[in-house]
Amino acid sequence: MQFKHATIERSAPLLAVLTLITVAIGGLVEIVPLFTIESTIERVQGVRPYSPLELAGRNIYVREGCYVCHSQQIRPMRDEVERYGHYSLAAESMYDRPFQWGSKRTGPDLARVGGKYSNEWHVAHMIDPRSVVPESVMPAYPFLARRPLGAGDIAAHLVANRRLGVPYSEEMIASAAADLAAQADPEADTTDLLKRYPGAVIGDFDGDPKRLTEMDALIAYMQVLGTMVKFQGVTPADLKQ
Amino acid sequence: MQKASPASPMGYGMDAEQPYIEDVVRAFVVATVFWAVVAFLAGVYIALQLAFPALNLGLEWTTFGRLRPVHTSAAIFAFGGNALIGTSFYVVQRTCRAALWGGPVPAWFVFWGYQLFIVLAALGYVMGYTQSKEYAEPEWYVDLWLTLVWVVYFMIFIGTLIKREEPHIYVANWFYLAFIITVAMLHIVNNLSLPVSIFGAKSYSAFAGVQDALTQWWYGHNAVGFFLTAGFLAIMYYFIPKAAGRPIYSYRLSIIHFWSLIFLYIWAGPHHLHYTALPDWAQTLGMAFSVMLWMPSWGGMINGIMTLSGAWDKLRTDPGLRFSVTAVGFYGMATFEGPVMSIRQVNALSHYTDWTVGHVHSGALGWNAFVTFGALYYLVPVLWKRAGLYSTRLVAWHFWLGTLGIVLYITAMWVSGIMQGLMWRAYDEYGFLQYSFVETVAAMRPFYMIRALGGLCFLGGALLMVYNLWRTAQGHVAGQPAARAAAAQPAE
Repeated sequence: MQFKHATIERSAPLLAVLTLITVAIGGLVEIVPLFTIESTIERVQGVRPYSPLELAGRNIYVREGCYVCHSQQIRPMRDEVERYGHYSLAAESMYDRPFQWGSKRTGPDLARVGGKYSNEWHVAHMIDPRSVVPESVMPAYPFLARRPLGAGDIAAHLVANRRLGVPYSEEMIASAAADLAAQADPEADTTDLLKRYPGAVIGDFDGDPKRLTEMDALIAYMQVLGTMVKFQGVTPADLKQ
Repeated sequence: MQKASPASPMGYGMDAEQPYIEDVVRAFVVATVFWAVVAFLAGVYIALQLAFPALNLGLEWTTFGRLRPVHTSAAIFAFGGNALIGTSFYVVQRTCRAALWGGPVPAWFVFWGYQLFIVLAALGYVMGYTQSKEYAEPEWYVDLWLTLVWVVYFMIFIGTLIKREEPHIYVANWFYLAFIITVAMLHIVNNLSLPVSIFGAKSYSAFAGVQDALTQWWYGHNAVGFFLTAGFLAIMYYFIPKAAGRPIYSYRLSIIHFWSLIFLYIWAGPHHLHYTALPDWAQTLGMAFSVMLWMPSWGGMINGIMTLSGAWDKLRTDPGLRFSVTAVGFYGMATFEGPVMSIRQVNALSHYTDWTVGHVHSGALGWNAFVTFGALYYLVPVLWKRAGLYSTRLVAWHFWLGTLGIVLYITAMWVSGIMQGLMWRAYDEYGFLQYSFVETVAAMRPFYMIRALGGLCFLGGALLMVYNLWRTAQGHVAGQPAARAAAAQPAE
């Protein structure tokens, strides 16, 4: 029997089904293997789930739409590696829900901004970006320093992440609220916190030790960005599997 | 070709007992014009914020980070979406010779449900409720609502196709149908997420990191491919032949165009992730399919433009058609630029820069907005039962103001994007990076001002259109006193 396109043109259900099949193929071929091919995510040491304060800060980063102007994805070109540091690995964002790779650099990449500037610099920059970078076009975020961090439900956030596959332990969830406060308190005993979240930056981030503000959380997040994997001992061969 | 079934009713013109449902189409036309102005206004404002950061006002609700999704969603989903749903309801009825399936109630539900989706989404952005996935920012509760509205929309559309009185489904409807089905698929998969609490807005994505990135750009690129391309091609396939009074140039080309476009487009997403942590094989696939996509895109452009053969003179007398045809020209330009930018080595320069923003706007302003303007100038006199537009001179002014705005916009972004990309990778004679990042920011400033000026021109043109369409709907004709225009109506 000779095929005639008119057959399809005369049947709305047939046209709909064939259309769905046609548009499904590309996505299936490209996306499904990312979940099944093991080498998609490198096996490196050091990547851990975000601490409760970092996660709260990350949610502020998402809320304010920082990704609109800042990427978190360093490409392996000479100038990018020299400007920002080691190119980004897939493993480094394996717990990022959603990912924050971004698509535009109106401002610089932030994938490895952790540790590059002091907390004081960040506070001044957030309150008035042009006080530290005169040519900056970034909006000012003075309200972050004023507003107390609303994270009473932080344990529920950890639970939601765990349900999706982020390896938060029972212990991490039980102590989420305490860890959140302790990370921004230089006086607190943070031995257990650091066991649970190695490399977490501890301190009074916003310069006001009496209050836990949104600024504390955001800077805690920014100070950990790109610092989890220690690249000193890693060779390209290690990243291959 | 089979002959039309002899059983099909050959009497053209509508069955008096089942008239077309046009109220809701008129409402969509009004909403399209309203949201167009909102989208362009928001765009001009955030463009000015980049040149004058004081315009962020130091308030959390008015920062660039929160207003940018207001602009993009207003442009794509509010302006574009209302244009697509409205024209699809108009086109499907006339090309099927059947009233909308289900009658006016579901159609009005889609109208108000869709407007509610837009308002909920925009309020969410301003208040800081966002998934941060570009063009899929609304949180889970808005996504669920849109899913419901979309299912009803799909049922109306396919129901109308099924009960059609025409033997064949017209090509514009293939594109509308592909747009509806594919957007549903993309929307559902990309927005899979887990709310922290059923009483809170915040959710976490079902995917993480690299998988989340590719799912998002599979969605993001095909929001362009099926919302802003397939849907608007449907507008082209109906309104250009109508305005030109000519049939589509090639039926065979329509078939090839349709199937190759929808098959190839879906693969192109990874070109948004070149040189990232996405595996190379996926990047290469995305690039290869993006380059192939050039062919069906130009096939569609040829089919649209060549429809005017034998009717080119209409471009002089029908300024609405001028919009539609120029739009197809911009479509051809943007779909050539896109494959070029998807090539890895070009993307190395263009990615993360304003070049991408300029590329998007040559498509959004030149293609989507212009083809919509063309359809609006055709539709308003028909839907409001007027002999013609209030003023064709104003349409010409709109056309030239809009075109000037686009040219200013995209040339400014080409220059600033390529300049910024080159500055990032420039080395001095000692082998050091030549420019700090902030030097590149300072260098952008004049181009941000030119871009804002282009946006202002485009907005100004759109305001002329609002006035013109308003007077048209009122039944006024330029140069005639209102009283005489009224007197020309049949006496009651």
